[in-house]
Amino acid sequence: MSREPAQGAVVPPPAPGSLGPEAHVMVGNADMFVNWSRKSSLWYLLFATACCGIELMQTGASRYDLDRFGAVFRASPRQSDLMIVAGTVTHKMAERLKRLYDQMPDPKFVISMGSCANTGGPFYKDSYCVVKGVDLLVPVDVYVPGCPPRPEALIDGILQLQKIIEKKRNFAKKV
Amino acid sequence: MEPQALFDAVKAKFGDAALELQVTGFRPAFVVVAPASIADIARFLRDDPAMRFDSLMCLSGVDYKDRFAVACHLYSMRHRHAIGLKAYLPKENPLLPSMDAVWPAANFMERETYDLFGIVFEGSKDLRRILLPEDWEGHPLRKDYKYPDFYHGIKV
Repeated sequence: MSREPAQGAVVPPPAPGSLGPEAHVMVGNADMFVNWSRKSSLWYLLFATACCGIELMQTGASRYDLDRFGAVFRASPRQSDLMIVAGTVTHKMAERLKRLYDQMPDPKFVISMGSCANTGGPFYKDSYCVVKGVDLLVPVDVYVPGCPPRPEALIDGILQLQKIIEKKRNFAKKV
Repeated sequence: MEPQALFDAVKAKFGDAALELQVTGFRPAFVVVAPASIADIARFLRDDPAMRFDSLMCLSGVDYKDRFAVACHLYSMRHRHAIGLKAYLPKENPLLPSMDAVWPAANFMERETYDLFGIVFEGSKDLRRILLPEDWEGHPLRKDYKYPDFYHGIKV
């Protein structure tokens, strides 16, 4: 991309030691760079077990377009960074969920989407088969409330997770 | 065919195995039969030209606290009439002949009834749990079911 100076504009001469106006140099520390690349390509595992999955699909589709934030769905845990648990998790499903989580490569994150995944939701009382919150199984980074959450809420959850990732210290110890 | 005429036909064929006709309450009317002969009666209802109940719409269990029941809802695509078939079972060791040789669709519903009520269908092709995990203990839709505290280390 070349930027032609506007007609009659005064182009300042390059400073001594500068590489010129066309050079692009980014200066930062390694943590910032790694976190920036991680948060900008959050590939999420398709884990839709109930009606929240419909909102998850809607969020990923063209109207809300989660791809804007670098988040695209993957059908394999081996290629995923983020697990969005969208829906009710039963005890029978719990082992599969744990297994899929274990198959994801580090670093991995979990968003708990909707009331069922957060706390068990409407099944909290008097249900023998529903796990009362997915945080009993895997560590959760962001909880998105709602039954089901609107796509805007899920996008906000992704943005919150990006903020969490920005603050991670991968190489240097926090002072 | 009207429920009363249908009940009379079953009564004429099977005698005392047809116990009563329940017309009040849920529709369609229920023919209550002796548990041991339910498979034979089901085959009769399917094959008799005047009945032709070729569709098993639903098969479910009921817990009345003092006894169990298995209720089937039948429909005839040919004659467009419906009837229920019900058998009462004792609380201890509930056994019922399987109907999956009559209607293959019965298999999944019998498995569900076995899974949630513990009603055993004798002669079934494949009687396993269908909804709950294989190693689940107890039958949750029984009225006297006690929830386990933990399942595989996860709080229930």
